[in-house]
This record gives sequence, C-alpha cells and structure tokens, in this order.
Amino acid sequence: MFVRLVYESFRRQKRRKILAGAAIALGVTVATAMIGVATDIGDKINRELRTIGANLVVTPQEDTLDVEIGGVNLKPPTDGAFLSEADLPKIKGIFWHNNITSFAPMLPIPVTAYRADYGQDETLVGTYFAKPLSYGNETFTTGVRTTHPWWKVAGAWPDDSSRNILVGERFAKRWTLKPGDSLILGPASSDRGSGGSVLVSGVLSTGGAEDDQIIAPLALAQQILGKPDAVRRVYVSALTKPEDAFARRDPKSLSGAIYDRWYCTPYPQAIALQLTEAMSHSHAEQIRQVAQNEGAVLTRIQGLIFLITLAALFASGLAVSAAMATAIFERRAEVGLMKALGAGKLAVASVFFAEAALMALIGGAIGFAIGSALAHQIGLSIFNSQISISPVLLPVILAIAVVVTFAGSAMAIRRAVSLDPVFALRGEL
Amino acid sequence: MSHQAKDLAASRAHSKHSSMFVRMLVRAAVLRRGRAVSALFAMVVAAAVATAMLNLYVDVQAKLQREFRNYGANIILVGKNAASLPAAALPRVDATLSGRGIAAPFALVVARTADGQPIVVAGTDFDRVKQLDRWWSVSNWPAQDSHVSENQREVGHPLSSDVLVGVRALPLVSPKNQPFDLSFQGRKLHVTPAGRVQTGAAEDSRIYLSLAEFISWTGVQPSTIEVAATGNASEVSGIMNQLAQAIPSAEVRPVRQIMEGEARVLGKTRATLLAAAALIILTAALCVLSTLMGWVFDRRRDFAIMKALGASERLLHGFFAAEAAVLGATGAVIGFLLGIGIAAWIGRANFHAAVVPRLGVLPIVLLGSMAVTLISAILPISLLRRVQPAVILRGE
Repeated sequence: MFVRLVYESFRRQKRRKILAGAAIALGVTVATAMIGVATDIGDKINRELRTIGANLVVTPQEDTLDVEIGGVNLKPPTDGAFLSEADLPKIKGIFWHNNITSFAPMLPIPVTAYRADYGQDETLVGTYFAKPLSYGNETFTTGVRTTHPWWKVAGAWPDDSSRNILVGERFAKRWTLKPGDSLILGPASSDRGSGGSVLVSGVLSTGGAEDDQIIAPLALAQQILGKPDAVRRVYVSALTKPEDAFARRDPKSLSGAIYDRWYCTPYPQAIALQLTEAMSHSHAEQIRQVAQNEGAVLTRIQGLIFLITLAALFASGLAVSAAMATAIFERRAEVGLMKALGAGKLAVASVFFAEAALMALIGGAIGFAIGSALAHQIGLSIFNSQISISPVLLPVILAIAVVVTFAGSAMAIRRAVSLDPVFALRGEL
Repeated sequence: MSHQAKDLAASRAHSKHSSMFVRMLVRAAVLRRGRAVSALFAMVVAAAVATAMLNLYVDVQAKLQREFRNYGANIILVGKNAASLPAAALPRVDATLSGRGIAAPFALVVARTADGQPIVVAGTDFDRVKQLDRWWSVSNWPAQDSHVSENQREVGHPLSSDVLVGVRALPLVSPKNQPFDLSFQGRKLHVTPAGRVQTGAAEDSRIYLSLAEFISWTGVQPSTIEVAATGNASEVSGIMNQLAQAIPSAEVRPVRQIMEGEARVLGKTRATLLAAAALIILTAALCVLSTLMGWVFDRRRDFAIMKALGASERLLHGFFAAEAAVLGATGAVIGFLLGIGIAAWIGRANFHAAVVPRLGVLPIVLLGSMAVTLISAILPISLLRRVQPAVILRGE
C-alpha cells in the first residue's frame, strides 16, 4: 500500500515531481560545482602564483660571498664552490617531486665579447631554456621558460644543445644587435683569437638585470669557463603549503613521528631540506619574497572561495526547501483525503518523506553529474586546466541533498499533517 | 466655495479609489501572512546574497592588490647609464606618489673587510624598507639614526654605526657578533651588528646601514629607488609616467614578474568569483520565482472573485504587479542592508579589512529583484487569464 501510494504519486503528478526534482537538481548542481571549485582553487592559484618566479634557490654549501651589484658579479669567476650539473635530475627524485613544477640552473660568468674589432667585458649567464632531462623512468622538460615566464623573447629561443644565445634588450641596443647577428665570445680579458663565434637567436626583455646580459645554454657557459658540470645556483619552482607555526620549527628539534609529519608536508622549509639532501654539498633556501607572500595570497583567496561556497550551499539549500514546501502545500487536499480515510500523522508524513528522499536521490544524482561538468568547464575556461570531481564525493553530496530536502520539507509536512481534513478537503486553507 | 467643495469631492473620490487598492494590497499580505512572509524571506535572502556577491566582486580587486603589495616594489627607478640618482630624487618620488605607495632608496658600493675581502655594503632607509620589504626576516632593526652620542664623538671614540648584516655575510665579518671595521677607498668605518637579515636572495650577502651614515662615509648617492605603487594596472602605469617626468635623469622600470603575476592571479580570482556569483544569484532568483509563483497560483480564488465582480484585466494585472513591485522593493532594500553586512563580515573574516559598501550595487539589486518578482507574478496570471472564473471557484 505504502509503496503503491508513492509509486502512484510519481506516476500521476509527473509535472509537479519534475519541477521539484529540477529545483533539487539545480541546487545540487550549484553545490557540486562550487565544492569542486573550492577544493581545487588552492592548487590552481598556487600554479598561477608560480608565474612570479622560483620560490626556492639552491646554492653551494661552502660558497664565498656574492659580490654582486645590479646583476654584475665582481667576484672572480672561478672563486667559490659550484654545484654539480649531474645532480640536477635528482631534484625530481625527492619526496615531493610532484610538487616541483620546474627548475633552472644558473651559471653567471664574465666573458669578453667581440664584434668586428670592438671588444668589451660582459656578463654571460648559462642556463637551461627548455631542456629535456630524465630521472629513472620519468622524463621531463625544465628551464627558464617555465621558471621565469615573464621573460619575453623577440626572435627565437635558442636550443639547449646549440651555440645560439639570447641577448638582453639593453645589451642589444648597446651593441646594435638583432636576431641573426653573430658575436665572438671568449673568457674574460681574453683576446679575440681565443673566442668562438656564437649566433644571436633572439633579444630578451625581462625588466631586470638580464636586460644587460647574455643568456646562453649552460653547456656553452661551462665550456667558456673551462669547468664542465659547474652550476652556480639552481632556481626551483615548487608548489608549497602556506607556512604556519609548525613549519617554522627547527626540524632538528623534532622527534620521530612529528619529524615525519613535518618532512612529509610540502612546506617551503621541508622541500628546501629535501633539495639539500638530494644535491651533494648544497644548501637550499626559500626565496622569502616569493615564498612568504604566496602563502598569504593563497590563504586569502582560498578563504574567500570557501566562504562563497558556504553562501552557495545556503542558497541552494533554500531553493530546494522552497520548492519542496510549495510542492507539499499544493497537495493539502490529498492529505485531507488520506486522513479522512483514517491515515495517521505518521503514515502521511512517511509517505511525504519517502517521496522527498526519492526525489533527492534522483535530483541529486542528476545535479551531481551536471555540477561535475560545470566545474570541469569552469576549470577549463578560467584556468586552462581540469577541475575533476572525485566520484567519492557522490555519496556525500547525495546525503547532503537528502538532508536538505528533508529539512526543507519538514515544516511543510508538519503543517500538512496537522490540517483538519474537513477544511483541507473543502479547500479552505 | 463651490470650487473648494469640488476639489474635496474629487480628492475623496480619488482617495477612496486608491485606498481600496491599497487595502487590497495590505489585506492580501495580512490575511495570508505565512505565505507572504515566506515569499518576502526568499526575496530578502536572494537580494542579500546578490548584494554580497556583487560587492565582493567589485571589492576583491582592491583587497587582493593590497595583499600583492606585500611582494614589495612593482616599480624601480635607476639612474640612467648606471649613474647615481640626484639627492632630490627621493623627495620628488614621495611628492609624486603622495600617499599612493611607498618608496625606499638603495645605495650600493663594494667595500673591504678588515682582512681585505670584498663585500657589498648598502645604504638605505630602514623605516621605509620595513614597510616595503615585509618578507625580510630581521632579528633586530637598527635605529634609524646613528646612536653615536655627542659626548662619544667629543672624547674621540671611533665612529660606530649600527648595521644589519646578511646571514651569509655574518660568519665572515662578525662570527661572534662583535663590532668590525669596513673600509671604502681608504676611509674606515667602525660598525656594530645590530641584527641580521635573511631573505634567501642577494641581501643575505650584504651589509646594510642607514643612508645618512652611508653617504657621509662613502659620498655615494642612492642609485636605485624601489617603489611599491598601489592601484590597478593602469593606475600603476600612470604613476610610472609621472615618475619619469618628475625625475628625468632616472630610468623607470616596471618589475614585470610582480606585475604580470599579480594581473594573472587577480584576473583568475575575479573570473572564478564571477562564475560563482552568477551561479548563486541564478539559484536565488529561481528560488524566489518558485516561491512567488506558488503564492500567486494559490490565490487563484481571489483572482476569480475579483474577475467575477467585474474587475478589468488591467486592474488585475496592475494589482498583482503592484503587489510584486512592493514585495520586490521591500525585499531588495532589506536584503541590500543584510548583504552589505555579509560582505563586510566576509571582508573582516578573510581580509581583516572591511569591504566598502558599494551604493552602486543598490539599483542593480533593486531592478533585478523587481524584475524577478514581476515575472513571477505576471506569469501565473497570464496562465489563469484564459480560465473561466467559475471553473476556478468550483475548485477545479
């Protein structure tokens, strides 16, 4: 009898059920999409913040002081310690290797540049542009094109295995160079004959010290310096978790399980420690300007989207309950008939609740599907990457939908079951 | 006299007519209090949510820009051809900014330590740096002006200044935190490390002292002024133009990585917010629509009675439209106030700064609310219009 009541109600009142179901589906759609966006926004904004540049730097442990003003290093080129280029792929072998978006080695050296008979001492920086590397079975491409996305090149980026270079825009102006021209480069204060010819493939504009420098493939810089395998520092761009009080604790003072928790959280400090361990004789440190501030920005944006998601859940809950209340109110004559035939309050209420649950499940499932698609679309159109909603969320969303539908119907059902059947049947309430 | 009486009669006739209309409106709200209140509630919530979302959308840019200013300078002034900036440059930068940002000067030289090692020494204004470069981790800021007291000078103590030493320079120059000597072109300076600075960048290898002492020691004027200008992209580029005009001997450069990163993150956040706002406002509007349509549909008996008593179509439409407009306007105003409150709370909870109420949002919310209520009132009436009053009154 009970099942038949519910079944018949759905069969006969298709229009009403579709309306109420559509309201539930809409509410769940909005809720799912917003939950999807809110859970993923941290990762998405973190990736966008990487455009500000690397947040970690690895330097040799026993390095002498940098004597650098305005990008010109006044330290003798062979002075101090170097990192080993062979260690670089190990960066992708650390615990948080998936959080390392890219890295770029730097080797600044003084050179003497010649064009025709004119010669002058200049600074050359050797680096990776987009170099394919492999660690274990994994191959990846890394270099300044991803760590320094604000670098703009007029002309072409050089190939990492070529002898082609980039020149900064102020350098190009001083030397009246354009892409396609060639220069002779040799070690500092060397004569013209000891240099080799290189081709300018593009003019670089960064707004920083690089505008006055030559940027070349790392191998070329090592060759001019006469130190194969040498790297002065490595800039690492990593996705990190905003620093908190726990992150600032000294890892040496932590014991056992607490140390493991510290080590296995992607704090800038923990990733720096892992980088130090991965590369021999190195010291990794966070670049505070980038690392400290991205935490603040990230926390703010996440907090904002979280609060807005709450607002969205509230609004969709309200929409569902309004639709349910209207749907039940329209059926008070039916309630009167049921009660006149001797149904108790409990029987009437359970029919309504069963219907509400059924609608919540169907509407919720449809809403979840549409909401996932919507979140996916938002991710593609705003962030150019996917926001995927894990199917694990489905039972949670369905449970929320049922609870909200019940809560929304409860008031209306209570009023419906307490109606006097006489008035209800006469349509006077 | 008769003229007055005529006036009175006319006004009475008028007032009677209008009071009947008003009475119908009021009675409709009072008699079915429950449903009227729930419709108004839905309206208020929708208007509040819409107000809060629009307000946040407008304000979030300013809020996030403030966060991004913690990244420090977005404009750098350097002397053309590596020359120093004129001494009057900093006051001129301050005058040009006039509260729209903060500037800090930097002067750099390579000095020698006591054992002849080269080291970069910088002169700057500590109070300004403290505000501009908030990420500097400093154990103790030196006093802005020299702590050298007059009597110390009189008794001929060597000149001593408080300095900030980079963490990488510290073990080299002052491993036990003791005072040390620096020399530049034969001129000696006795300094006391007041604190150490850690940034993870070039600052770690440098020694910082206050600009006045730096100039009196080296005679070198600042070569760089870093400026953190507030405002959106076009305001910042306006400030850059003004700075270039105010100090013709300087080259004004944008810090591209900061400006581009900021623009990207701001753009994406606002786009996400806009998508969320659209979804939420749509849901709220549909909620109002369904509540109100149910309410109007429920009153089809009133409608039928009015029609049976000879009310014209226009009067009926006018009646329901007026009702909807009153409901929409009331809901919008209450909701607007509530929404401002919500936005202010979100601002305080998340950004630790109040969200400024935007009065420009009010007309949008008001028009939107009235449009939604009018649609939800007129739509059921148009559906009912074709039905005979008798059919409705018989309850079919």
